[in-house]
Amino acid sequence: MAVSYYDVAVVGGGLVGVATAWGLAREGCRVVVLDEGDRAVRASRGNFALVWVQSKGLGLPEYAGWTIRSSNAWGGFAQTLKEETGLDVSFQRSGGFHLALSERELEARANILKRLHNQPGIVDYKTEIMDRGQVAKMLPDIGPEVVGGSFCPLDGHVNSLRLFRTLHTAIKARGVTYLPSHRVETITKDGGEFRLATEKGEIRAAKVALAAGNANMRLAPMVGLEAPMKPERGQIVVTERLRPFLNHPVVTLRQTDEGTVMIGDSKEESVDPAGLTLGVSATEAERAVRLFPLLANVNVVRTWSAIRVMTQDGFPIYDESETHPGAFTVCCHSGVTLAANHALTVAPMIARGALDTSLVAPFSARRFHVQAAG
Amino acid sequence: MYKRLAEAGTPVAITVDGKPISARAGDTVAAALIAAGIDHCRTTPVSGAPRAPYCLMGVCFECLVTVDGVGSRQGCLMPVRDGMTVETQTGKREAGR
Amino acid sequence: MNASDLASSYDLVVIGGGPAGLAAAALAARAGLATVLFDENPGVGGQIYRAITFSPVKDRAVLGEDYWAGAELAAEAQASGALIVNGATVWSLDPARLVGVSIAGQARLIEASRVIIATGSLERPFPIPGWTLPGVMSAGGAQTALKAQGLVPNGKTVLAGGGPLLWLLAAQILRAGGRLDAILDTTPRGNWLRALAHLPDFVLSPYFSKGLKLLREVRAKVRVIRVDRLEAVGGERLREVVFGTADGERRMPADLLLLHQGVVPNVNLAIAAGLAHTWNERQLCFEPVVDRDFNSSVPGISVAGDGAGIAGGTAAAERGRIAAIAAVRALKPEASVPDVQIVRQKLRREAMGRAFLDGLNRPAASFRQPTGDTIVCRCEEVTAKQVRDTADLGCEGPNQMKAFLRCGMGPCQGRLCGLTVTELIAAQRGTTPAEVGYYRLRPPVKPITLSELASLPIAEAERKAVER
Ligand SMILES: Cc1cc2nc3c(=O)[nH]c(=O)nc-3n(C[C@H](O)[C@H](O)[C@H](O)COP(=O)(O)OP(=O)(O)OC[C@H]3O[C@@H](n4cnc5c(N)ncnc54)[C@H](O)[C@@H]3O)c2cc1C
Ligand code: FES
Repeated sequence: MAVSYYDVAVVGGGLVGVATAWGLAREGCRVVVLDEGDRAVRASRGNFALVWVQSKGLGLPEYAGWTIRSSNAWGGFAQTLKEETGLDVSFQRSGGFHLALSERELEARANILKRLHNQPGIVDYKTEIMDRGQVAKMLPDIGPEVVGGSFCPLDGHVNSLRLFRTLHTAIKARGVTYLPSHRVETITKDGGEFRLATEKGEIRAAKVALAAGNANMRLAPMVGLEAPMKPERGQIVVTERLRPFLNHPVVTLRQTDEGTVMIGDSKEESVDPAGLTLGVSATEAERAVRLFPLLANVNVVRTWSAIRVMTQDGFPIYDESETHPGAFTVCCHSGVTLAANHALTVAPMIARGALDTSLVAPFSARRFHVQAAG
Repeated sequence: MYKRLAEAGTPVAITVDGKPISARAGDTVAAALIAAGIDHCRTTPVSGAPRAPYCLMGVCFECLVTVDGVGSRQGCLMPVRDGMTVETQTGKREAGR
Repeated sequence: MNASDLASSYDLVVIGGGPAGLAAAALAARAGLATVLFDENPGVGGQIYRAITFSPVKDRAVLGEDYWAGAELAAEAQASGALIVNGATVWSLDPARLVGVSIAGQARLIEASRVIIATGSLERPFPIPGWTLPGVMSAGGAQTALKAQGLVPNGKTVLAGGGPLLWLLAAQILRAGGRLDAILDTTPRGNWLRALAHLPDFVLSPYFSKGLKLLREVRAKVRVIRVDRLEAVGGERLREVVFGTADGERRMPADLLLLHQGVVPNVNLAIAAGLAHTWNERQLCFEPVVDRDFNSSVPGISVAGDGAGIAGGTAAAERGRIAAIAAVRALKPEASVPDVQIVRQKLRREAMGRAFLDGLNRPAASFRQPTGDTIVCRCEEVTAKQVRDTADLGCEGPNQMKAFLRCGMGPCQGRLCGLTVTELIAAQRGTTPAEVGYYRLRPPVKPITLSELASLPIAEAERKAVER
């Protein structure tokens, strides 16, 4: 190990951690990323790759604004990464769909959107309910059971595995030290610096950014922070590569730039990443064939389950420790969508040593106490 | 590349990309292609490179072909049948085929 | 036989119809267990006894008596009362012994009180430059074409690599009147030293005299050249083979290049079922952890035959019998079974000489750990250099590698790149394959269609997990 002293130690080498690390390095910080090993539970390897806006913010209207900010920044973020690494993460903001297979589903969808948009202070992000005819114009291959859906022009997707690799390539090029198999066990503050004990020795840094996903729950209290989590499992089914047939991502089904079709969006209360519920995959497959009957004969080449990083209310947590100045939490579910924010907005705040409350105050974990009291 | 031993069995008529091929009972689709001297059975969905059956035991998936209109069948595990139509595949498969 | 004709549960499900599976199914069914055997091939026999019930090769000398010995095993299994289903692909197995099987495009889930995985071995990846060109095939593939369809090479043919099967195939091609221009032997000279300690055992084993006879038979008819480098060259198809010898680089025009450097356990299903695996340094592969009855780390699931570690076809049958005896003892203790001690003794005799062969045929590192633009993952066309560079990024294992480069994500699901990727990472990061580990695998371990997946039974809670 070259140096063992850093300006910032980022705990967690998933998408949130490496996006933050990249942003910090751009600000001139000396950064180390401490990560687990190859078999870690890593949502960054199992996500659905949407850069998604529609439906975000029910219960916390500021979350809609925060998401749109990232969605707007995404194009430039992808461009910069391409310039730095030569890798194209294939970001496409083509607008996305939520499709309904019955009138009941369509009505439920419309209700959610109505409740969302009736919240005071929400940004209008132009989600539109479409009938079958309107949907069919944009998605000609829908099956007879599709009755309609909602469409949001801000929605998009990206090749998230390539994004993951690109960010790792970019942080390496910017001199960030990446240390796998350095699971952080404890964090203490001693004098002006943080000491992070890992399975492979101690790392010291002036600041700490906790981006360890669901493990933030364990780590945050060590530095006077909190991160109440409730992990859940999602399963995804993937097909062989197909010629392009789908121009817009659907929230449960999208075609990647490589041609494979990803089918997903299940939720189970489980933290076992090894398990896989076949009946859940079957339901996903069944709905996929009803949405797009031309997929019936297509081969499934892989399935997987991944554990979502999920806070207890589903919204992000960005916090700065009062008792341990210099310690921050960066914790959220939608690490692909919010990657641009983490790299371009949150990381500079951490580099400066203070969160900009005008932007992230609503996302403090203190909200959990307010709610509990109320 | 290959020849049949004289002892090999009864003819089965199949077509490959529209052309009639004389396969034998006991052939798999992949073996029939090899016996007929067909160079490659698909091009890859990644770079478009030509590929031909490699393992003939179901593990490599190089033998993927369209059989009776259904794409990406493992030719080396599929016995030939009289009247079967086989098509070589080009690049990514077309959904619905 | 359709998937819908199967019962919903069996005492014993045997997966794979090679010697291990056939012997296991026969013994269990005889003892009264309701037994089903699934194999994805059109006929039983596995790799060694491929097409044993319908091979068009009638001259028994061509394939040899060791091949025809399989006929008895197949007949025994067929007469035993076990239900034998060919064209049946097992694509899922979970620790609760729910077996996902697909027959003629129809998927079913079958419950089993015991499962014996007998999925055998596959050839070790042989990643040389140009190995994806049409005209390059695995030697096992050529052997399959000979056994099952009576096809023999008749163009300019080069056989390259090492191991007992290479020599057996050479002899079979020659006996059948096929063409073989040269054998390029890739085994390092130094292997003799590695093997020497096990020589006495080997001399006493049945392999000894058989092996020598085979070598003599082949060497009398074909040029054998020792090579330390190998490349398949061509545009749209193979044109020539380029190789390095003690006297420098040489080239040979070729229509067909057959590659082989030994076999390794076919672990996909066993890993996906959650069985613990371990690295075998002597055989350079991962294998499931099993006890002396071939029980795995998952209760009720055992692994017999080469799938449990390479020991050869005759040993596979004995291992299948031992696993089946354990299954019968567990489910039907009153049934009479052969004396397991006698079977174990036979197995011990079979195991003699293996260590010598493993040492002698250990493939050179340069043929297992390629460099530069040589393709490692054939499905996703990932090169050795990409894998090595990505290891340098800090990528410690095959799962992160897969996420970064897509190696192992194609339809073969890592069968032809898994070991190479593991070994490359270990070499690049200065660690061991045991430390690096293998791909995490999940069902379906063989592709099934979306509508097959959609047809599986769905519980209300499972539907709710998706429809919200
Ligand atoms: C290509 C090749 C050629 C060989 N040739 C010879 C030879 O000539 N002589 C010799 O002594 N040894 C040979 N061997 C080694 C020999 O095959 C083994 O020692 C022996 O076959 C092991 O027996 P087994 O029953 O464990 O496995 P196998 O004989 O491999 O049988 C396993 C069976 O399981 C099937 N199967 C696998 N996965 C599934 C699934 N998911 N669903 C359904 N079915 C499945 C396979 O198709 C196969 O039929 C060869 C090996 C290979 C790979
Ligand atoms: S040739 Fe390898 S799977 Fe068919």
